[in-house]
Order: sequence, then structure tokens, then C-alpha cells
Amino acid sequence: MPQLNMVQAINLALREEMERDDRVVLLGEDVGKDGGVFRVTEGLFDRFGAERLIDTPLSESAIVGAAVGMAVYGLLPVAEIQFMGFVYSAFDQIFAHAARLRSRSRSRFTVPLVVRAPYGGGIKAPELHEESTEAFFCHMPGVKVVIPSGPYVAKGLLVSAIRDPDPVIFLEPTRLYRLIKEEVPEGEYAVPLGKARIVREGSKVTVVAWGSMLERVMKAVEGYDAEVIDPLTLSPFDWETLLASVRETGRLVIVHEAQFTGGFGAEIAATVAQEAILYLRAPVVRVASPDVHVPLAKLVEHYLPSVERIRGTVDEVMKY
Amino acid sequence: MDSKLRAILPDQELLKLYQQMVLSREFEESCAEQYTKGHITGFLHLYSGQEAVAVGATAGLHKDDYILSAYREHAQAIVRGADPKRVMAELFGKATGICKGKGGSMHLFDPGLSFMGGYAIVGGQFPIAVGLAFAAKYRKEDRISACFFGDGAVNQGTFHEGLNWARLWNLPVLFVCENNFYGIGTEVHRSSALADIHKRACGYDIPAVRIDGMDVMAVYEAVKWGVDWVRENSRPYLIEAMTYRFRGHSMADPGKYRSAAEVELWKARDPIVGFAKRLADERIATGEQLEVIREKAAAIVQEAVKFAEESPWPEDDEVYKDIYV
Ligand SMILES: Cc1ncc(C[n+]2csc(CCOP(=O)(O)OP(=O)(O)O)c2C)c(N)n1
Ligand SMILES: [Mg+2]
Repeated sequence: MPQLNMVQAINLALREEMERDDRVVLLGEDVGKDGGVFRVTEGLFDRFGAERLIDTPLSESAIVGAAVGMAVYGLLPVAEIQFMGFVYSAFDQIFAHAARLRSRSRSRFTVPLVVRAPYGGGIKAPELHEESTEAFFCHMPGVKVVIPSGPYVAKGLLVSAIRDPDPVIFLEPTRLYRLIKEEVPEGEYAVPLGKARIVREGSKVTVVAWGSMLERVMKAVEGYDAEVIDPLTLSPFDWETLLASVRETGRLVIVHEAQFTGGFGAEIAATVAQEAILYLRAPVVRVASPDVHVPLAKLVEHYLPSVERIRGTVDEVMKY
Repeated sequence: MDSKLRAILPDQELLKLYQQMVLSREFEESCAEQYTKGHITGFLHLYSGQEAVAVGATAGLHKDDYILSAYREHAQAIVRGADPKRVMAELFGKATGICKGKGGSMHLFDPGLSFMGGYAIVGGQFPIAVGLAFAAKYRKEDRISACFFGDGAVNQGTFHEGLNWARLWNLPVLFVCENNFYGIGTEVHRSSALADIHKRACGYDIPAVRIDGMDVMAVYEAVKWGVDWVRENSRPYLIEAMTYRFRGHSMADPGKYRSAAEVELWKARDPIVGFAKRLADERIATGEQLEVIREKAAAIVQEAVKFAEESPWPEDDEVYKDIYV
């Protein structure tokens, strides 16, 4: 089985889905002839041609908006936004239209659209190139939010996202693009949307983290009897898996690289308080980035949750 | 012998244009080296090849006219008067940087110089430039706003919204498109239905002109004329400067989408070499004098690198500053 990094795994998923179904088209800035700024679509232009690998003008709003139209007509567009921080001008098309057309048309049609974007910090670039604003999208009914944490799940989740009848925001942790290699099978397998993954079993504390934070969490919990949960899909969230774990361990630490206030951790903490407070031995604690814009270079390491900060928090929680 | 150049500007001013172009080039080439060494991280977009635009345009603007630009803006800031040392320190992410080392290459600001920013969001600067011009007009100040942008940016809605607003309310904005034929790897004719960007201004009843952006004097004269016109009429004007970047889009870009022959063709039109030749031909400076200018510029850049290297990192606390929390 080939060892692939996340860029290669996503490329493979796109290639196989395009081969399987000619309704799948890719559009975005430099995705075609150039192969994408992160090389995610490398080679696909030669294979599928300009008709299915669409180099667009620099207009995010139209990239997403046009993809909505294509999707409604029955194509399966995968739109690329070069960085998550560039999606904001397309926000209107996602929130006001993609998210609502199924409901507005009373399910007479759906919007089978995928919006892919590299996201997250730790690549030594400043704000807008390190954004982690997934919570915005989780606040949108009608949109699914998927975040892979490694090559294997990236491929399987992307396949599911493409086949899903509803709009999916697919956020690829930039820091992991080339960091991890894993065995990624060729051919058909799908990782289902809306289903969390227990990455490591444990009984004393539950740690939930997604995207590139997972890699840090795995280092941080070494030596602890910790259960680590990777939700994979933030919206709709797999509450069942998380609540079952928290009821077992009685402790919960939430780790995300998004800013603290209004981050998706707040939603998790609130739901756990509502559904499982009587099982808790310790306060639910969030490890997040501070409420500022992502700084440059050296400072970003102070900004992002570090292995030490995560471990320190787990340690605090274990004292209860 | 009659000098055409002298008829436009006095010797000292001509040599200053040369000095600024050379300083910009030296600065950018040194940035490339510092990036390769790992001293500059993140995304680094270099201006080499396009110097005539920033230099000619800045000379044509008044000192406190606002300048807004995109993320390829080191030279814009330096030519406007930003200290190369502090710009380099910013790129290194050091505390002495022009923005305390927290913003880096793409978000340079120096309000004291009316340099109102680099913008990493392509097209982000259009409405802001329009708003600055609105405020200047509202306050009855003799100030215009100059908005620089690339050929790729004209396909953002903000370009169209900005032009419409500027003309609707007759705001003093000078739009300067630096058409270098590519937005990353996409040629202008593959992204724009109307690749003659200046013609798009017609749609908003804004006069516009296309000029040779590899010729610093052509840029200077067009901008100076435009600046006067914008001031006199309090109306927007658009200049499309045809230029070329000699390097990849950013340091991370191998630039496979352009042929070596094409790049060589443009390098043969290097704005610095061309201007040096004219200065020498018209006996404004000898080759040796120009070489001295280059050496001095190189020394300024070396000093800037040394300053950046020796500067301290920002304190961790800096993360929490300059924002309400
Ligand atoms: C809203 C937005 N979309 C995409 C990008 C990524 N990006 C950065 S520069 C660029 C191309 C811009 O081309 P152009 O305006 O011609 O300027 P040039 O780089 O040629 O100076 C792209 C697509 C971005 N920074 N912002
Ligand atoms: Mg360009």
C-alpha cells in the first residue's frame, strides 16, 4: 500500500472521484494548468483537461457562487479557496445561498458542493494565511464542516464529502500537508461524515481535538490515561461518541487552534454541561489561541496551543 | 546636447529615481537571499522588475497623498520613505520592525508617511482607498488616495464597487494597475474577459490610460499628470502600467507557467538598465557615478540586514497588544 502525505492523498481522492463520475469538476485559482499553489491538484489538468479543471479568475465570491449553480444543476463541483482566510468574500454565497437552497426549495434540490481550503497555523505566515475560523461555518445550518487530521482520513472523508448531497466545507490543515505519511489505499473506501474517531483509548480524561492540533495532543497525553477523540466532522457533530467517553472518564479537555471566544470548543463545553454535568469530576477546560489575530513567525508559537500548554492543562484537570 | 530627461526633471531628481530603483532591487534580491537562509519566513513576494512603477508613481504623487498597495509592497514603502532597516526587521519578524515584527512582508504600514498599508487579501484595498479619499474630500484636505493593485485584482467585486463609488461621488482616487500579465500562474487573458484593463474604467465613466511600466519616466509623467487631473477635478483616474515580475509569484513559486524565453525577453527591458543607459547617453551621470549609487544602495541594504539580524525578537506579550482583549 502506498505511503502518502495529505497532499497526495487528497490528490488521489480527487483523481479517483473524477474518474468514477464525470459530474465531478474542480474549480479555483490556479488549480488547473499550474496544479494548485500547494500542488494538491498536480497532474489532474493533464489527465482531465481544462473542461473539468477550471482555472478561475481571482474572485472567490464567484467561485463559490458559480459552484452553487453547477451543483444545483447536478454537477458535483469541488471549489478550492487558496487559503481559508480568502473565503470571506464568498461567505455570502455560502451562508446566504449554498446553506439554504435545500431548505428554501423544500428539498426539491440540494447543493452537492465541496469547498476545500487549506487552513490553520504553524506555517510561519501571518494572519489570513493561518486562519482557523471553522466556528463561523459551524454556526451555519445546512453546511457540513469536515476537518481531516491525516492522509488516510483525508482521502476517505473527501470522497464522502464529494458524494454528499449537501454543501461541505472541507478544511485541510496546512501544517500537516507534508508532515505525516500514512498508508493510503488506492481505490474505494469512504470515511463517513458525522462520525468521530477514537484515536486513543483511555479512561481518566477525554481530550478532543481536530486538524493539526491532534498531532500535538497525541504528544501531550503521553503517560496519561487519556482518551483522545478526533471528531473529523465538526458539523453535524458526533455527540454520541463524545458524551459516551466523557461519561466514562469524567474529565474533558478541548483543544483547538481557533481563538478562544466563540470557538467551537464553547459549543462542546456547553453541550457537555447540559448533557453530562453529573458525570464530571473536573471543570471542562478549553485550550485555545488567544483572542487576537494570528501573529508572524516566532510569536505564532506562543499564540498556538503548544504541546507543553496542552500537557499542563491535562495535568491540572487530572488533579481533581 | 539637448537632454529630454532634463526637460522633465533636474539632474538630482533624475538620479534620485535611479537610486530608488536600485535600492528597491538590491533590497528585494537581498530578501530572496535571507528567505533562502531561513531568516525570512512565510510568504515573500518580490518586486524585482517592477521598480519603475513604484518609483515613477511615488515621485508623481504629493508627499502626503495616501498610498495603498497589495502584498508586493516592500519597495512601495521604502520609496515612500520607510526606513529599509525597519522594513527588513519587519520581514524578519523582529521587534524593531516597522510593525513591531508582527505583520511581516504583506502588511507593512507607515501612517506617518501616509503609507496606508499592504493588503494580503487581493482587492481588499479598493474600497478602503475610496473611503480615505472620501474622508479627505469631506475634510476639504488637499489629499488624494493612490491605490495600487495587480491585474488579478480587477476580477474581485471590490474593484468594480470601488470604481463605481469613486466616480459616483467624484472622489480623488488614482487607481494604478500594475499589469505584470500574471496572477500567480494564471495569465491575464485566461482570467479577464477584457484583458485591456484600462478599458474597464470606461464602464464607470472613469478616464484611463495604458502606459509602459518598464519606463520610469513614462510612469512619472503619467502619474504626475493624473495626480494633477484628479486634484483639479476631484475625480478618479486610472492608469494601467504594463510591467513584469522577474521572479516567481512568491519565493515558493517555481514559475513553471512562463517560458524562459518570455522571461528573458522582459529582462532585456530591465527598467534599471534602460534608465541607466539613458542617464549615461544624455550625460546626466557617468557609468562610474551610477555604479557608486548602486554600491551605496547595496551598503544600505547590507546595513538593513545586519540591523534585522541583531534586533531582538518581540516579547511574547506582544501577542496580546494592539487589539482590545
Ligand atoms: C482574496 C484572495 N484570493 C487569493 C489570494 C491568493 N493570491 C495572492 S496573490 C494572487 C494573485 C494576484 O495577482 P495580481 O493581482 O496580478 O498581483 P501580482 O501578484 O501579479 O502582483 C493570488 C491569487 C489572496 N491573497 N487573496
Ligand atoms: Mg499580476
